[in-house]
Amino acid sequence: MALKFPIFMDYHSTTPMDPRVLEEMLPYFTEKFGNAASRNHAFGWVAEEAVEHGRERIAKLINAQSEKEIVFTSGATESNNLALKGVAEFYKDKGNHIITTVTEHKAILDTCKRLEKEGFTVTYLEVGTDGRVDPAHVAAAITDKTILVSIMFANNEIGTVQPLEEIGKITRAKGVLFHSDAVQGVGKVDFDVQKMNLDLVSITAHKMYGPKGVGALYVRRSKPRVRLVAQMDGGGHERGNRSGTLNVPGIVGFGKAAEIMMQEGKAESARILGLRERLRNKLSAALDEVYVNGTLEHRLAGNLNISFNFVEGEAMMMAIKDVAVSSGSACTSASLEPSYVLRALGVGDELAHSSIRFGLGRFTTEEEVDYVAELVIAKVNKLRDLSPLYEMHKEGIDLKTVQWTAH
Amino acid sequence: MAYSEKVIEHAENPRNVGTLDKNDPNVGTGLVGAPACGDVMRLQIKVGDDGIIQDARFKTFGCGSAIASSSLATEWIKGKTLDEAEAIKNDRIVEELNLPPVKIHCSVLAEDAIKTAIADYRSKQAARKAAETK
Repeated sequence: MALKFPIFMDYHSTTPMDPRVLEEMLPYFTEKFGNAASRNHAFGWVAEEAVEHGRERIAKLINAQSEKEIVFTSGATESNNLALKGVAEFYKDKGNHIITTVTEHKAILDTCKRLEKEGFTVTYLEVGTDGRVDPAHVAAAITDKTILVSIMFANNEIGTVQPLEEIGKITRAKGVLFHSDAVQGVGKVDFDVQKMNLDLVSITAHKMYGPKGVGALYVRRSKPRVRLVAQMDGGGHERGNRSGTLNVPGIVGFGKAAEIMMQEGKAESARILGLRERLRNKLSAALDEVYVNGTLEHRLAGNLNISFNFVEGEAMMMAIKDVAVSSGSACTSASLEPSYVLRALGVGDELAHSSIRFGLGRFTTEEEVDYVAELVIAKVNKLRDLSPLYEMHKEGIDLKTVQWTAH
Repeated sequence: MAYSEKVIEHAENPRNVGTLDKNDPNVGTGLVGAPACGDVMRLQIKVGDDGIIQDARFKTFGCGSAIASSSLATEWIKGKTLDEAEAIKNDRIVEELNLPPVKIHCSVLAEDAIKTAIADYRSKQAARKAAETK
């Protein structure tokens, strides 16, 4: 098969929609355009039926007991906001303490910061060099004021999968609610809200080959029954949890994407893992001073976050501009700070600046992997010829002993 | 972020990449920046007896804008006197390469690299003269 450019290897940022998803969505833009809240005519009934079908498929994917536990939102950022703020507001008389980790997505961290300003106390747990949080640290952090523990399922930068099952046993035993931002892992790695004792889960369609602009929050209805204070006022949709006209085509697509994930997710992950390892092995064999960030053992199949020492990440992305990847380099952000996730692992700033995140997915081919591997090897060598640091390294100079002029 | 055509052109075809003998008394070396900050530039000049910069070389660890800034700097200082080279200001680099605000520090670093290389050359020359008059 001929290669098509640019090549997409940034599946953690978003995913292309599966054509099967689009096909199922299309009628809901035109002839089946009804408002699911219209209870008095056929247009509304058709839309409502489609929404409920989507709800069932999504509930099934995460093994919810009832489809009534799925609250549709605009995406995972909204789901995370609703989970944290909604729980904090409802349970504030019970306690004011929340536990999370330093490697969460900004939608969690910034929501926590907002809650801190409002008087809540947040514990940000450190992770190990493998990127995983120690369940014993969660247990030790819980106090009689703790109302919620929020820990992501799989990390968006390094793909690290957290030990949710072990943590869920602890939170359940202590009677603390347990939320997970699970956007990156659901459907790809075993995920089960019962086995993991999860009470709230944020997911989104566009990370699983569905459309952008639609997400969901799973809210457990029994044992325990989780209560939220809605963060959006209006018509009282979604059992009062989230007002706003439902995105019917989006929900239809989300449901179809969830169904495909359920049927094909496992086999797909095995295939993607093969491609990821092919890429990793080729790069490691041809280049020295290459470091994989995070554990290889508990990791999303499609994630390869790797640092090419002595080569700056943004320069690398520019050199391989026909390939869409992402970098933890400071230069990719306005803040000039390198990735806080890599810092949390103890990856030095030098290596964080040199990191590239390859994200492989459903439509990645072996030809693409081979092309990208060859291109990356050539460009790393070229940029190292241009790097004073690589030259000094080759001369045997320990870069840590050099007096640098920080700026 | 979209790069300007000039940045892309320099980053893809950097001029004057290389290394001069840092122990040569006619060579001045400027090493600026820090790996932890994401950019390090090494700019070297070789100065003739007439005080004109005969050759300039660089190596840079940094983003495309940093590479382009140092590449451009070597082009500009070749054939100039030390005083002329020293007078090059970073905003001229910003203008020439069309650098956005977040990349201005790349041009500052290039200016620092030129100044540090010239200072290194001058201190070498001063040391040599001091040794001769002894």
